[in-house]
Amino acid sequence: MTEVLVLVDHLDGAVRKTTHELLTIARRIGAPSAVFIGEGLEQATGTLAEHGAEKIYAIPSGDVTDYLVAPKAEALAQIIERTGPAAVLLPSSFEGKEIAARLAVKTGSGLVTDAVDVAVEEGRIITTQAVFAGSYTVRAAVTHGTPIIAVKPNSTAPQPVTGAAELVEVRVEVSEAAKAARIVDSKPREKTGRPELTEAAIVVAGGRGTNGDFGPVEELADLLGAAVGASRAAVDAGWYPHQFQIGQTGKTVSPQLYVAAGISGAIQHRAGMQTSKTVVAVNKDPDAPIFELADFGVVGDLFTVLPQAAQKLARS
Amino acid sequence: MKIVVCVKHVPDSQEERRFTPGDSTTDRADVPGLLSELDEYAVEAALKLKESGGGEVIVLTMGPEGAVEAVRKALQIGADSGVHVQDGTLRGSDAPATSLVLAEAIRKIAEDGEVDLVLAGMASTDGGMSVVPAMLAERLNLPQVTFASELSVDGGVARIRRDGDLATETIEARLPAVVSVTDQINEPRYPSFKGIMAAKKKPVRTWGLGDLGLDAGQAGSAGSWTRVESVTARPPREKGEVVTDEGDGGLRFADFLTARKFA
Repeated sequence: MTEVLVLVDHLDGAVRKTTHELLTIARRIGAPSAVFIGEGLEQATGTLAEHGAEKIYAIPSGDVTDYLVAPKAEALAQIIERTGPAAVLLPSSFEGKEIAARLAVKTGSGLVTDAVDVAVEEGRIITTQAVFAGSYTVRAAVTHGTPIIAVKPNSTAPQPVTGAAELVEVRVEVSEAAKAARIVDSKPREKTGRPELTEAAIVVAGGRGTNGDFGPVEELADLLGAAVGASRAAVDAGWYPHQFQIGQTGKTVSPQLYVAAGISGAIQHRAGMQTSKTVVAVNKDPDAPIFELADFGVVGDLFTVLPQAAQKLARS
Repeated sequence: MKIVVCVKHVPDSQEERRFTPGDSTTDRADVPGLLSELDEYAVEAALKLKESGGGEVIVLTMGPEGAVEAVRKALQIGADSGVHVQDGTLRGSDAPATSLVLAEAIRKIAEDGEVDLVLAGMASTDGGMSVVPAMLAERLNLPQVTFASELSVDGGVARIRRDGDLATETIEARLPAVVSVTDQINEPRYPSFKGIMAAKKKPVRTWGLGDLGLDAGQAGSAGSWTRVESVTARPPREKGEVVTDEGDGGLRFADFLTARKFA
């Protein structure tokens, strides 16, 4: 059966949720082969097997991880050469998309980024994307080379399926050209104890209406087991770090529930959350555009509404 | 330093954006367009480098007739000259094809003097793929130094801070290099009246595929490696129930969450 390569997204062996989704999607197309680059393989093997990896190609650290993106693209290109897979799936993160980009040019292959679904229809791989702030759904297919597809988190429910997880160690040749951009320093993100924003099932976001105090937003988020997000206004004001920014110039999220507190809902913000399944808005301004796309809205002060809601939820 | 900034003319996201019926390309013809907001940060970064170290800033774009407006805007902001690659056969180009055309244009720009730095925004605001800078690095065989939230160039070395998904990294590379910047990197300046007037005299070269030594089969729909199968407008979200807080707004919110099984 043809293989489908899945680039494992991990930090020192802690595998991220998207990888499980990619393995599940890979199984629709062929036999999932995880590609693990870097440290922590032992920690990752179990979860990769439990989500259907039939093979794990292991590439150690060193040249491949000391330089930005290019060596990982070379490594994947070499594995494509060896295995002739039906497709390559990567996470649609900054790094994932850039690896996909270079891989596409190297191998003369088409690429699709930010896919929200991947299906096989009459033997062809068809991707689905939500474009123009979610106002259009596009179905596309790669017509040249090996389909390279970067998939967004929350695209599918990961299926627990046990795979053989046969370990294959791979020696990779990294060219001098790929070592041109050196990673001099790397500081892992501080763990917030909350789910990662783009992967979370629930997001509670705060905007200008918080006036810099994210207390009620964080309190509600923690009660719901949610991630915290911020509007551009809040980030520009220095109230919350940029990595939590949702919108056209920040992150795009598509959770089951999106709570917008003190966010007016300008188009740049909507671009980042328009495809959320359920939206709740809390804003003092009854004319705030966010109410147009909310499934439920409260015109009121988030400093009263959110704590009152949190209190009731905590009691039940 | 000779800096090339890649920019794009995109449909205004405040207006309705749509596809051309019949060929599923982004409708760029009858739709108000402008210089992509994220490219303004790249233009600003280029101008700051020129101001501190001297050199020239050349703005490059690929697109139909109207795309030259993006170049003009960048010239008004302060760039020195522009290049507009325009050719009917470019219609429908995917990212790999676009990067091929831009790479060849950069090579041609380098014919009269080596390019030290290729700058770009982190993504276009229409396609939003974030892949062209990486592809340019691949095609031009240059270091890729991308998603910079801080940038310095010193002694022929570009150094950036990159706020990745899992870690904050410091990346370094010798020039020449391809650098992309995020909206965190600077505050783009507005064109001054003087700048707007001066821009009218700045040269803009227009090149077709033939000028770049490419043929029709290498770009446009014909040279693209993906195909759009279908485009469907999603129905706009329906406005749901909106209540005014009269002392119980939070309780009703909590009830909504419980009823929908979020809590």
